[in-house]
Amino acid sequence: MITTIVEKELKQLFTAPFAWILLALMQLVLAWVFLGHLDAFLEIQSQLMQITNPPGVTEIVVVPVFAMAAIVLLMVTPLLTMRLIAEERRNHTMVLLVSAPVSITDIVLGKFLGLMIFFVMMITLLAGLSFSLIAGGTLDFGLLMSNILGLLLVVACFVSLGLYISSLTAHPTIAAIGTLGLLLGLWVVDIVASDMDSFARNFSLLKHYDYFNRGIIDSFSIVYFVLFIVTFLILTIRCLDGERLRG
Amino acid sequence: MAFEDIIMIKKIASITVCAQNLCRNFGAHVVVQGVDLVLKQGEVLGLLGPNGAGKTSTLRMLTGNLAPNVGSLNICGVDLLGKPQNAKAFIGYLPETPPLYQEMTVDEFLRFVAKLHRMQCHEIKVALGDVKQRCGLSGMGKRLINTLSKGYQQRVGIAQAIIHRPSVIILDEPTVGLDPNQMREIRSLIKELGAQYSVILSTHILSEVEAVCDQIKIMHHGRIIFADTRAGLQQREESLEEIFSQLTSSNESVATKDI
Repeated sequence: MITTIVEKELKQLFTAPFAWILLALMQLVLAWVFLGHLDAFLEIQSQLMQITNPPGVTEIVVVPVFAMAAIVLLMVTPLLTMRLIAEERRNHTMVLLVSAPVSITDIVLGKFLGLMIFFVMMITLLAGLSFSLIAGGTLDFGLLMSNILGLLLVVACFVSLGLYISSLTAHPTIAAIGTLGLLLGLWVVDIVASDMDSFARNFSLLKHYDYFNRGIIDSFSIVYFVLFIVTFLILTIRCLDGERLRG
Repeated sequence: MAFEDIIMIKKIASITVCAQNLCRNFGAHVVVQGVDLVLKQGEVLGLLGPNGAGKTSTLRMLTGNLAPNVGSLNICGVDLLGKPQNAKAFIGYLPETPPLYQEMTVDEFLRFVAKLHRMQCHEIKVALGDVKQRCGLSGMGKRLINTLSKGYQQRVGIAQAIIHRPSVIILDEPTVGLDPNQMREIRSLIKELGAQYSVILSTHILSEVEAVCDQIKIMHHGRIIFADTRAGLQQREESLEEIFSQLTSSNESVATKDI
């Protein structure tokens, strides 16, 4: 049942030009950043040779590109999550899904996974960009994998939050603004969290992502991300279930 | 549930819808109060009533879109509140606004609905051709839904409600916005469906009810204030229009009298 919903979500996403434009724009922006860092790396390469144990191309080019990607995705996710449930409600199509022999859990997970597949494509493109560096040297695959995993988890957090906000309203724009607001709020928490001892540090998504970005896979970060995702998915399911009771 | 089981249940339980004492309020506002409905296979039930009588709320409860505060609901012997997924498999529902994905083609949309109702691929192909022919959508399969006229969109709405051959078909004002010819076509379709399945129909059009329904119920202020069969009405030579205006004109003393 979930696959039917996932299929429908992807079909809806890719029949509209929006998803394609977004993929192209993301790729353009990130390729630009990538080339910029590559350029800088080539300039300082000769100086790097002189230090013992110099940072490799992965640290200097790939890591900042992935750090940038998280920020760009933070801006982009609300545009994609806004329509997930709010639009179904506005077009009265939610009734169709609810009346069908499908559980609310299936609907929510289907929508979540559908959008995640889209983001996996986006991240694959980004990984492809990084892999192109193999042509001229070696890559630190461990660091790259840690970055990919971190980006996937952090995007899944953005999507689950966006999905929940989308389930609260029937207006996609309000859902988008609400999600963007909350995600920016989380970003601000990150700035507060730059103080090492700050308690807020534990709650900042980007701070946890930062560990992955530097190649540190901390189990606390993984648990935090997974809890974040599961919490908002459950909240979404509860919200939609409650609708039947409240009317 | 195995396919054989479903066949068995269909044979044993000729009663397809059994709702008892349905009540629902939104806050302090009571919308539906003590509604009982029993429907057998091959019957068409017409639900009449002025605007705001609680017809749509009743239908939403019957389809699992709204939970009743009090009452029990059985669809083909399955408890809708206890096992919603199994019960919903027997229902086809067309809400007031047809639930259509505007950016899909008719075929894509109907195929999606069939898959949602757990139909197998080979079944879908046959059902799709059949339902398009029944609803007069042949040749429209490749059209995007948002390019269709209101009448055709309504037909797609009906098609999505019957594609999985449900035992109970619930139609909320199916002929709204259609031209007289289309209305006649839809009515004959409902009659045809009513011979095989159970159909619940909510409408404002009295002639429609007289034309297709076996059972007639009139709702007012959330209660059923009149219930009879079409045969009974014909026998007593009473006009539905007179009964309707008598019962639902703003006279409160008449409205609260239960029949």
